[in-house]
Amino acid sequence: MGEWLLEPLSYAFVRNALVVCTIGGALCGLLGVYVTLKGMSYIGHGLSHAIFGGAAVCAAVGLNFFLGAGLWGLASGLAVARVTRRRTIGSDAAIGVITTASFAFGIVLLGLFARVKQSIEATLFGSVLGVSTTDVLVIVGVTLATIVVVVAFYRPLLFTTFDTEVAELSGVRTARIEALLMLLLCGAILASMRVLGVTLIAAALVIPPVVARMLTSSFATMLWLSSLIGAVGGFVGMYLSYHLDVSSGATIVLVEFAAFVVVYAATGPARVRRRNRALDRGHGAVVSGDGPALPGEKVTNLLP
Amino acid sequence: MLVTDLGPPLLRLDGVRCRYGAQTVLDGIDLTVPAGDFTGIVGPSGSGKTTLLRTLLGAVEPVAGTVERRDGLRIGYVPQVETINWSFPVTVAEVVLMARPQRVLRPWPSAQDKADVAHVLRRLGILDLADRHIRALSGGQQQRVFIARALLGQPELLIMDEPTSGVDVRTRHEIIHLLAELNGDGLAMVLSTHDLNGIATHLPNIVCLNRSIKGRGAPRDVLTSEVLEATYGAPMDVLEHAGMPIVVDRPLDWADIGRGRSTAHELAPHPHAHLRDATVERGA
Repeated sequence: MGEWLLEPLSYAFVRNALVVCTIGGALCGLLGVYVTLKGMSYIGHGLSHAIFGGAAVCAAVGLNFFLGAGLWGLASGLAVARVTRRRTIGSDAAIGVITTASFAFGIVLLGLFARVKQSIEATLFGSVLGVSTTDVLVIVGVTLATIVVVVAFYRPLLFTTFDTEVAELSGVRTARIEALLMLLLCGAILASMRVLGVTLIAAALVIPPVVARMLTSSFATMLWLSSLIGAVGGFVGMYLSYHLDVSSGATIVLVEFAAFVVVYAATGPARVRRRNRALDRGHGAVVSGDGPALPGEKVTNLLP
Repeated sequence: MLVTDLGPPLLRLDGVRCRYGAQTVLDGIDLTVPAGDFTGIVGPSGSGKTTLLRTLLGAVEPVAGTVERRDGLRIGYVPQVETINWSFPVTVAEVVLMARPQRVLRPWPSAQDKADVAHVLRRLGILDLADRHIRALSGGQQQRVFIARALLGQPELLIMDEPTSGVDVRTRHEIIHLLAELNGDGLAMVLSTHDLNGIATHLPNIVCLNRSIKGRGAPRDVLTSEVLEATYGAPMDVLEHAGMPIVVDRPLDWADIGRGRSTAHELAPHPHAHLRDATVERGA
């Protein structure tokens, strides 16, 4: 067991990849809470594909990957947010239109510039090969920035995620908060895309918060629990990736999926039993609209 | 009229017109909300009730007319509970605290925050539910949570969108009782409702709206067949029960419909017509 754990650490790129996978998993788990609760689980999938277009452009013209693809992803995210605000177009449709167009643009570039192909393939499926100190620094930087933003804007983020319209009416600048969230999301996807891969990163954003939601009904608890699940998934998935010699993104996602299956099986029947017990006691739990009224309630005629 | 009875106005709309694109949703709205007011806005779907509430809140800018608010006016807003995501992982206390501005880099509640939340929850009788998930509450308790969130900002005016939408009779009674208590404490309220008999007839003032104001005043003065028909575009009759007006649909005569006389105006008078006439005369 000791050798199983220590042997990979003799390689610098594996050490770097382990840090990136663990922190990246936690980062995706943290931001995934907002993404899933806003009903935008598809955004991770969409943004990573949009960033693929940016990555293709960077590779084709020789721009810095993080700068070029980051700006591209941010522009796509803001475009999605703007299009969604026009209520005739749902967020799922907006994501579908804008981000897949960006992805298609990347594919076209692949065809036009053959030399781009090699670097793009690693971006698509995730690879631990060549994970550098720069990648570690980038993900640490993005994670620290995300933590600062989540702490500094905890209530506005929560209010906007819970009920955007009422938050706006209550004075929260929801457009700015959503743009900030999109910026963080782009940063997280960009920083962890190398190891997770464009096609698999969406799962890293969605599965940890979904598992955490099955375990808690508290928002604050869900934030750290989802981060923890993401971190463990990244760490274990990275080790499995090394030993099985398969894509890091795939093993991380499969580890998180295993957690989902276990928690789903463990909490499903238990929840039903708890609910039945509560109903048997007459507490009216998980009932909306026909629970017990407060004592002393009467119809009041307010006519003067 | 209402201004002199109830105190200085908190809000005044004068000749307000609102549009969504080319469609005029509100037109020629003159409305005053005095301190201590309790007004219900009634009207059919699409009549502009929500737009009027949003105009009062300042979320909709009219294309014509003026909206005057008293300096420093604090307004609380309670959304329809049907729009709430009940699966969202938040407790009662977390929902109430949501609207309180956060101190920089301090996401957790301060001692003052906790005291204020406890105070407002105690006032609404749900302090013991503070740590419950919002879904594990009865309908009336759920409505109280969102009223508590609005009250945390110590508003002088509470605006509510369909506070009894989708709730059962018992919960509706509970909500009316609560709103009456809050209004009795001096809180002005404006609410929209579809529920004429369950809510509107219990309120001191109502405004009948269908793009423009079709009637306003006490329910027994406003709820007449003429005003209701102008508001809803369909014949409705008003009966009286225990001193309160009761609005009923005019029964359909299926024989007439079968003969091709399908419009409601062409239908025969119904058996309670004499009561309706009596009510209208008294109201006049």
